[in-house]
Amino acid sequence: MQLDLQGKAPFLDARSRIFLAVLAGAATLVPILFLATPASSFLHMPAYLVALFGKYLCFALLALSLDLVWGYCGILSLGHGAFFSLGGYAMGMYLMRQIGTRGVYANPILPDFMVFLNWKELPMTWWGFSSFSYAMLMVLLVPGILAFCFGWFAFRSRVTGVYLSIITQAMTYALLLAFFRNDMGFGGNNGLTDFKDLLGFNVQADGMRAALFSISAIALGIGYLIARAVVTSKFGKVLIAIRDAESRTRFIGYRVETYKVVVFTLSAMMAGVAGALYVPQVGIINPSEFSPANSIEAVIWVAVGGRGTLVGAALGAVLVNFAKTWFTGALPEFWLFALGLLFILVTLFLPKGIVGTMSGLTIWPRRKPPQARPQPTPAE
Amino acid sequence: MSLAKDNPALTSSVLYLDGVCVSFDGYKALRGLSLTLEPGEMRAIIGPNGAGKTTMMDVITGKTRPDEGEIYFNGLHDLTKLDEPSIAELGIGRKFQKPTVFESHTVEDNILLALKAPRSAFATLFGAAPADERERIDRILETTRLKDHRARMAADLSHGQKQWLEIGMLLAQDPKLLLVDEPVAGMTDAETAQTAELLREIAKDHSVVVVEHDMTFVRDLGVKVTVLHEGAVLAEGPLDVVSADPRVIEVYLGR
Repeated sequence: MQLDLQGKAPFLDARSRIFLAVLAGAATLVPILFLATPASSFLHMPAYLVALFGKYLCFALLALSLDLVWGYCGILSLGHGAFFSLGGYAMGMYLMRQIGTRGVYANPILPDFMVFLNWKELPMTWWGFSSFSYAMLMVLLVPGILAFCFGWFAFRSRVTGVYLSIITQAMTYALLLAFFRNDMGFGGNNGLTDFKDLLGFNVQADGMRAALFSISAIALGIGYLIARAVVTSKFGKVLIAIRDAESRTRFIGYRVETYKVVVFTLSAMMAGVAGALYVPQVGIINPSEFSPANSIEAVIWVAVGGRGTLVGAALGAVLVNFAKTWFTGALPEFWLFALGLLFILVTLFLPKGIVGTMSGLTIWPRRKPPQARPQPTPAE
Repeated sequence: MSLAKDNPALTSSVLYLDGVCVSFDGYKALRGLSLTLEPGEMRAIIGPNGAGKTTMMDVITGKTRPDEGEIYFNGLHDLTKLDEPSIAELGIGRKFQKPTVFESHTVEDNILLALKAPRSAFATLFGAAPADERERIDRILETTRLKDHRARMAADLSHGQKQWLEIGMLLAQDPKLLLVDEPVAGMTDAETAQTAELLREIAKDHSVVVVEHDMTFVRDLGVKVTVLHEGAVLAEGPLDVVSADPRVIEVYLGR
């Protein structure tokens, strides 16, 4: 990364431009290779790969949102999977309402699982989800409002560090248990699946797959631009200041809790969008997405790629998930060991992650060695 | 509030503490501390370890709430009811015992963050930088002799430079009252002398409270001294008078 004379990192540095160019290339090339090449061609991309890469892009957006709070503001959220899943559920609910009479029970209003549970009418939580724009609003609002309320209480009470990580973990676990319950009205154990249409087009169709892939790439690009605008602004400098010396930031007059709530809410909304794009590509959303292990895995992606680099988070998500795909095919029982080993190796040998280490000359945002971490002010 | 109205004399003091008590798990860190500071005054606070110097800073800046007592700023603002950012906004700046600067920011960005400007998340996210921003930063870097280091990471500065950067950040806040906790701890003699000069310079248009152990430095400052002992004021006056006080001698030397 280049520093200009004022010591300010430009909004779009070389790394950003490469990243955005790769995304733009993927967003155009993948649909071409998938749709416009004959199946026999060497260049043809099979449908399962398009869905797989689309899924990686959604994970990359989740990792990006996590890097924004963890890498820049020091908030280690071990519950970001909850925001991802809530966005996914909002999309899933829209898709369920689109099934209409094509379900097993052919009920025009109620999804199959509700008929099965002998429900007579649509619960209030489902009202409005037949409208795409309402559902998209919920994709942003539900994770956003949860993050806002959670952050409001946690950050105002000055819960930080490990304690905050633990309560984020508890939050996603509580949601996991809640969504498992049938009477919550979100499909219980089975979740939401068997989707048919999205905006009137078949979700399984090739064109839709290609479109979802491209939209995921574009969403990741927009998410990156937003995150980059945030971290290069003065707001971003305050975030880093909070990460490095929280009480000092307070004593020069910044309302630390407000900054944290704002960035946490923004990040949760990005995670929600990632979840919403993920669901139609994998065809199912169920409570296991809330499982704490998923959120922890997302933290590993960011650590592997490079915390506080944004691009690194996205890269880490893609690489680790690529490895996961390969491992679960070749040596399924060893994946968790490999993941654990990877985390240990990265922590020991690449503490700055892949991108952080590659750009050894990076000056901004520079991450200091752990022993140099400034301590909060000592009281007498 | 009532105090300031009842007693007009109070409104003239920048800082007014009366009967302030703080205890931590039964340990009384402050027992009825009373102190007033006049506008433009520089005051040195000395006292043995555990006398309550840092706790006094903590209650003034809102980090610790007193159990009893009154603290007023400019005779109007009840500091016991406000939190750290509000107190900082009122114009009270604090320099910590251990230099705490933002290590992964450049020297310039450290000053920029401290610079008096709107502090809200909205303003920092969408607001434009004021036109004279760079000029103000330059002036402060000049005063604190850090001009040649502006693009360096704060983490790479020497200990003395970090102390100065922190004083520079205080200046950037343009506070009415500066609280400076042990500014010369760990400095060389030359740096100590320069710091005394810097603080005297600052005291020309700010009220300053300096907590310090270093007697030579306190002598260099040449200001009124308050001696704290066991959470209350033991003696007050010019250093020569105070250091001749038998009670002060006993506290410092008798044990």
